[in-house]
Amino acid sequence: MDDAGCLEPPRDRVNHIPTTGTSNSTTQEASTPISIDRIGSEVKKMAGAGELKLLGMWASPYVSRAKLALHLKGVSYEYVEEDLGNKSELFLSSNPVHKTVPVLIHGGRPVCESSIIVQYIDEAFPGSGVLLLPADPYERAVARFWAAYIDDKLAAPWGKVYRVETEEERAEYMRQTHAAVDALEGGLEECSKGKAFFGGDGVGYVDVVLGGLVSWVRAGDRLSGGRLFDEAKTPRLAAWLERFGELDAAKAVLQDVDRVVEYSKQFLPK
Amino acid sequence: MAAEKKADLVLLDFWVSPFGQRCRIAMAEKGLDFEYREEDLANKSDLLLRSNPVHKKIPVLLHAGRPVCESLVILSYLDEAFPDTPQLLPPLSAAGAGAADAAYARARARFWADYIDKKLYDCGSRLWKLKGEPQAQARAEMVEILRTLEAELGDRDFFGGGGGRLGFVDVALVPFTSWFYSYERYGGFSVEEACPKLAAWARRCGEIDSVAKHLHSPEKVYDFIGVLKKKYGIE
Repeated sequence: MDDAGCLEPPRDRVNHIPTTGTSNSTTQEASTPISIDRIGSEVKKMAGAGELKLLGMWASPYVSRAKLALHLKGVSYEYVEEDLGNKSELFLSSNPVHKTVPVLIHGGRPVCESSIIVQYIDEAFPGSGVLLLPADPYERAVARFWAAYIDDKLAAPWGKVYRVETEEERAEYMRQTHAAVDALEGGLEECSKGKAFFGGDGVGYVDVVLGGLVSWVRAGDRLSGGRLFDEAKTPRLAAWLERFGELDAAKAVLQDVDRVVEYSKQFLPK
Repeated sequence: MAAEKKADLVLLDFWVSPFGQRCRIAMAEKGLDFEYREEDLANKSDLLLRSNPVHKKIPVLLHAGRPVCESLVILSYLDEAFPDTPQLLPPLSAAGAGAADAAYARARARFWADYIDKKLYDCGSRLWKLKGEPQAQARAEMVEILRTLEAELGDRDFFGGGGGRLGFVDVALVPFTSWFYSYERYGGFSVEEACPKLAAWARRCGEIDSVAKHLHSPEKVYDFIGVLKKKYGIE
């Protein structure tokens, strides 16, 4: 679940690149699917072996997830800001299937989809920084369950709030978002076992997956005048939001909330 | 190992669910005995509702009474809880260059399983629910999805990966091969013509015991869709 349409200006919603005559044009939908192996060798040439490159877009919470994971692992990388209205050749050849950010390129090999990227970073750098997924198989399954829940049930409807036309649809998606937040409060209780984070004493996989959204949660609160993680209804999540924001990784990586507020105004009803 | 084969595994499931079939096939590939429990989705059991209160959906795997939900999460769990069984994903290796290679193979498998989850079932449903232009669009999308998967398969016999014959992506995709016939009938296209390598892969999988045992015939799936359509009042 990543960014192509969720947070982009309306003109890029359908991933059609308004260019002509280039091999990267996606307006011809009947094009032959490209095999990953052929992509790999092309991407390798462009990205160089051994190095880490993150293709992203500054506002994307999905990109934030990848940045948080890289920061927590203490791994250095080159960040490339993509213009989603004019996608680069490297980007399109690295993620031809979805054409979304983030894309992590490691030693020339692209990894796509933010949750998969976070797991990849955890597994490719086992000796570095914190281990994001727990060791116990059952706890890993619980973590994966809640990470998927955050994407499918919270982020998905919430993103739609900014994209639909009618007040009725907006209200329905907000209702779904609030229901997901309520369920997630239970998820936090289950995962944390009373401790500070989903990961326990320290930050884990689910914290990173939710953490990517923090600046958007704060921006949304400012715009609505309310609290998505309401202190009375979802006290654990409200406390988690504060605690997460205090982390070095969060301060280093998350977007400036004012900037997100300004950016998101273009999607609000006139 | 005898101890693992007697593991306390219960699968709450629904006969035609391709998501449930993933779990059945995975356990069969791993030689794990399990108790299959059919759920009446119109009248869900207390056990299901307690085990998956968030989604109230099948499949749910209960291992020593503890629930694991979401089919791909269940597949990963089976690998990790039973490390001495044939693995669906390439196992993590200790450190160095090996770590990145194993991590990459795993990420690639997860990507394609995620692609299948995002695209296939939903597009297939549109094929039998819709008519006219929207149905034609769904058909075009379905052909694109199958061709994209075929491109990932390449010239390999299986998507593979873990060391067993069937890998994570094979198990994620193979239950949908019973639905190909229905996609073809409703979409008016031929999988064999549109993506012959994928059709060959489907036939190859069908010859594997664990698959043959747990898939339903395409005709049975087609009949099931017919029943669903009547239920939803779709012509």
